[in-house]
Amino acid sequence: MIEGISIQEILTVTSILFFIGIYGFITRKNLISILISVELIWNASVVNFVVINKYLFPDALQGVIFSIFVIAVAAAESALAVSIIVNIYRQLTSVEVKDVETMKY
Amino acid sequence: MDFTIIIFILLIPMAIFLLLGIFNQKIKPAVSGYLGVLGLLASTLLSFYTAYQYFFVNGKSNEVYQTFVEKTLWMEFTETLHFDMGILIDPISVMMLIVVSLISLMVHIYSRGYMKGDEGYTKFFAFLSLFTFSMYGLVLASNLFQLYVFWELVGVSSYLLIGYYYTKASAVAAAKKAFIVTRFADLGFLIGILTIGYYAGTYDFGVLNDPGGTAIMNWAATSFMGLSALTWALILIFIGGAGKSAMFPLHIWLPDAMEGPTPVSALIHAATMVVAGVYLVARLFPMFYFVEQGFALNIVAYVGAFSALFAAIIAIVQTDIKRVLAYSTMSQLGYMMLALGVSGYYANEGLGFMASMFHLFTHAMFKALLFLGAGSILHAVHSNFLRDMGGLRKHMPITHITFLIAALAIAGVPPLAGFWSKDEILAAAYEHNKLIYIVGVLVAGLTAFYIFRIYFGIFWGKEKKYEHTPQEAPLSMTFPMLFLAFMSISAGFIPFGKFITADKIEFLAPIHYPLAAIAVGAGSMGIVIAWLFYKKESDLADKFAKTFGAFYKWTVAKFYFDEIYLFVAKKIMFNKVAAPIAKFDKKYVDGTMAAIGNKTVLTSEKIKGMQSGRVQDYAFAFVAGIIMIALLSIYLWPT
Repeated sequence: MIEGISIQEILTVTSILFFIGIYGFITRKNLISILISVELIWNASVVNFVVINKYLFPDALQGVIFSIFVIAVAAAESALAVSIIVNIYRQLTSVEVKDVETMKY
Repeated sequence: MDFTIIIFILLIPMAIFLLLGIFNQKIKPAVSGYLGVLGLLASTLLSFYTAYQYFFVNGKSNEVYQTFVEKTLWMEFTETLHFDMGILIDPISVMMLIVVSLISLMVHIYSRGYMKGDEGYTKFFAFLSLFTFSMYGLVLASNLFQLYVFWELVGVSSYLLIGYYYTKASAVAAAKKAFIVTRFADLGFLIGILTIGYYAGTYDFGVLNDPGGTAIMNWAATSFMGLSALTWALILIFIGGAGKSAMFPLHIWLPDAMEGPTPVSALIHAATMVVAGVYLVARLFPMFYFVEQGFALNIVAYVGAFSALFAAIIAIVQTDIKRVLAYSTMSQLGYMMLALGVSGYYANEGLGFMASMFHLFTHAMFKALLFLGAGSILHAVHSNFLRDMGGLRKHMPITHITFLIAALAIAGVPPLAGFWSKDEILAAAYEHNKLIYIVGVLVAGLTAFYIFRIYFGIFWGKEKKYEHTPQEAPLSMTFPMLFLAFMSISAGFIPFGKFITADKIEFLAPIHYPLAAIAVGAGSMGIVIAWLFYKKESDLADKFAKTFGAFYKWTVAKFYFDEIYLFVAKKIMFNKVAAPIAKFDKKYVDGTMAAIGNKTVLTSEKIKGMQSGRVQDYAFAFVAGIIMIALLSIYLWPT
């Protein structure tokens, strides 16, 4: 609960953050940038968890604890994604999304 | 009855088939030969033990032979209609056990000598074991459906063994011919089985054959085209039996089946498988007799009599000794059929039934012996044809003597086996139907003539030029021949009426002196004529043949039956029926399916660009979709 700031304002900020992430995910050409965009999407949802918990159910803790879970899972996911990207680089000497098209075959 | 022993009679050949079949290449030929013989020996001993137990120890109660059944449910349709797998022990199945195991054992021993050095030696014994197993299953079947299953199995093993020399085009053609013709007949059998299942409501032999049972008592309940439905079923079943037993007009496969190795001809196409048709009619005999006052049984009698005469006439002019024997087999099977056809059911009236089974037994012995003798001659001369043989009696004394015994037995010379059974058959025919009796006597004379024609042709006459001097066969081949010769002499003295009768109550079959005298007279006349014609090379026979003119020519061409079948099959079935249907199938049915396939391919060619492989395209479609659904659910959701 932050004095002087309403829940709508914070949710607007996280929505913007979320769509920035979506936009980046769809338009970036570099796999690393796409991974960063995904991180933005994660963070938007984590903030949402915490804010909704604090503003609507101040006595409960589930939202906060769940956000910690999400951070842990996001970390694991990033590690996985980076290792995949490294492998792709070794195979194709490129981290461009368009070069990964060949994987559909 | 001790069924745990009986089941092993079946299982031993089955196990040997699997063993030899699976480890085909790894087993040494010598080992596989011994394995086959020993397995069959065990089966034979168990069969004899079973027969002893049944006939002499615990088979009878109140002077009636009992039927023992042990079965397990396989598939159930209704309370009464179900498929079982089981074993049925009654006089005829026990007798068949003896016939099958004895002949099969002799043929196994013989094959060790005959097939020596052959490439597929192990395979040959595997097939023989498969056949023996199937034949045991057939004779022990406890219901019609199980009998049908094993019926097809013996058909398959017959096919495999006829086509054993599969590099020879004629053998392959003969195997296919045998399989297709019998399969065609089995279609009738199958429809008959289904009809019985529908109208009698059961496949169990115990219920079907009970003279007071529901199946027989209610035969008049349904009729179809002027006959009872069950009569139709029995006629259809007889068509199946006629196919297997090479009755006219489904006989064309049997002579060609002689392309197989000679031991196979002896085992399958003379002694055991071909009598399956006779056995089938005997198995369902009460039904044949009681349903519609024996209408179907009369058909059996006339078809049998005609086949006997027809085949005997053709056998006279054949030049391939195995084919002579094949037609002779067909003729003798016709004899068995006609004996069943003229039989009654109760006590002495059942003479024909008993005579038929008696003839089946004795015929198995002497016909197997004739084939084994022919095999031994082939082994020495390397030719099937009578013109390549002559004067062999000096070179092959044992073959000569055993062949002579078998020839005398089949010609019905007393006191050999064939005389006794033939006498009973003719007596039964005489009491029932004079026309069939006359045909029977005629066939007896012809039989004696054709068998002594080849006998004199092979063993007397001028010596031909041989590649090497013919030698007597080894002991493994002569021993079965000697044993069967002993059986051919002694089998006639078995008082069959004590063991096998239609109503399972023993009776004494007397010898009918006047009838026997006529039959023996006809037989000896045949032998004397053959002696005059063929003892020395002379043109007497040719001159005699000329007097028959066109009839002789027809007979040599086997009355053109192969040609008629070919004409019907090729000109009518293939060209007029099958070809247009094939065309329709290719053009319209296949065309439609191909069009559907082509259209699918074309469409997918067009739309496959949608699957770009770019992750971001997919992500965009996904997000756009989610937003769409979100918008729809916000603005269109009814609140």
